[in-house]
Amino acid sequence: MKKTAFNAIHHILGAKMVEYSGYEMPVQYKGINYEHETVRNNVGVFDVSHMGEISVKGKGSLELIQKITSNDASKLTPGKVQYSCMPNDTGGIIDDLLVYKISKNDYLLVVNASNIQKDFDWIKSCNSFGAEVSNISDSVSLLAVQGPKSVEVLQKLTDINVREMDSYTFTIGELAHIPNALISATGYTGELGFEIYVENKYAAHLWDAIFEAGKNEGIEPVGLAARDTLRLEMGYCLYGNDIDDFTSPLEAGLGWVTKFTKDFIHSGFLKIQKEKGTTKKLVGFEIKGKGIPRHHYEVLDENNQIIGSVTSGTMSPTLKKAIGMGYVSIENAKIGSEIFVNIRNRPVKAVIVKTPFIK
Amino acid sequence: MKIPENLLYTEDHEWVRLEKNTAYIGITDFAQRELGDIVYVEIETLGESLKQHEVFGTIEAVKTVSDLFLPLTGDILEINPKLEANPELVNSDPYGEGWMIKIKIANLFDVESLLRPDAYTCLIQL
Repeated sequence: MKKTAFNAIHHILGAKMVEYSGYEMPVQYKGINYEHETVRNNVGVFDVSHMGEISVKGKGSLELIQKITSNDASKLTPGKVQYSCMPNDTGGIIDDLLVYKISKNDYLLVVNASNIQKDFDWIKSCNSFGAEVSNISDSVSLLAVQGPKSVEVLQKLTDINVREMDSYTFTIGELAHIPNALISATGYTGELGFEIYVENKYAAHLWDAIFEAGKNEGIEPVGLAARDTLRLEMGYCLYGNDIDDFTSPLEAGLGWVTKFTKDFIHSGFLKIQKEKGTTKKLVGFEIKGKGIPRHHYEVLDENNQIIGSVTSGTMSPTLKKAIGMGYVSIENAKIGSEIFVNIRNRPVKAVIVKTPFIK
Repeated sequence: MKIPENLLYTEDHEWVRLEKNTAYIGITDFAQRELGDIVYVEIETLGESLKQHEVFGTIEAVKTVSDLFLPLTGDILEINPKLEANPELVNSDPYGEGWMIKIKIANLFDVESLLRPDAYTCLIQL
């Protein structure tokens, strides 16, 4: 099992460790609900070093990125980040990712841990443009600092004006005396937050500096379990659950990062799918009875016919209600529609609601 | 990790407190820690006669759902009424307020198959 540069720290803090995408990662420290609320109210720190970083540089780099991603990377200017999708050639999704434009002909792609090798192989196989593609995942440590007080904490550590940073922008500079830290106003929790990329050798120092700076702000480490409840409350897709090689970006509600102003892998198919409409759709729902929807549970109509399946579900720590996402046939996908989730052979009523689940 | 001396245990991480021919049953401190924040305890077997190792309910934590296995053959006499509104009692007080069911033991010989505290301690330290 791979370990991040923060592994020893997690053990010292008494985190419950699990295997996640080949890495030994903390699933929780003091408790899921506590960590979840820390991020919503104060500030929480996640080790997300298991995420992958792929550098795309040189001549042809933009052309390669335009070909493999569904969003329009030509709109990026240096210092901007874009959420995007990597469609495959059978109508599914290889991965969802962030595209960072560092400078002309210098991009950083941030991908999911479970897909690093798959993505890297795919990108290389599509590289008929002569770009330099390298997998730098093992040399990068990444912390997500998320929550309303994240800005107070980080501002103590840097001269860069993080207060003024717009969402989906980044700066490279000194933070906690670490040179060339990449400070990105991004995250997957729905809160104000930042993601900080440093070389592995600075990881322990970065952790200590952030926790020292945050000691009066109620800072806490947060594990993968709360990361999942936080992203689900926002209706954000998790690769492997809500999207995968067999779900199209349009079905997943990722039409907003699927731009037909340019050609990309399989864009012709997706354009037709957009014109004709999809047969299923990813929706959010709230459970009205007792029980929690889980990945792969069936979704039924009132006649007990299977109309879809659950992709993610949890007890929302904020709403104190069981919520979930899943694919249902398009005729059952309207907001307000009543559906049933088959929770261990017991159909439990649920209602389709708008996402995000929380405002 | 608390493992009270006056209880018996199972390999499924349930505890048993004997009172003559009845027993109180819950899950151990180790089990509640493994499960994390508990959000529902669902037991719909009141009045039923179940065999040892049969499922008497399920427990939902934020991350996972687990079956609850009956440590001893018997009749389900009572379900902890507090768990309906406060399932988190299983996290905060697994051996006390977080008890789950009371049963009438059908065969006291079954008790021999339960683990003593030292054996359970060894089990979870493996």
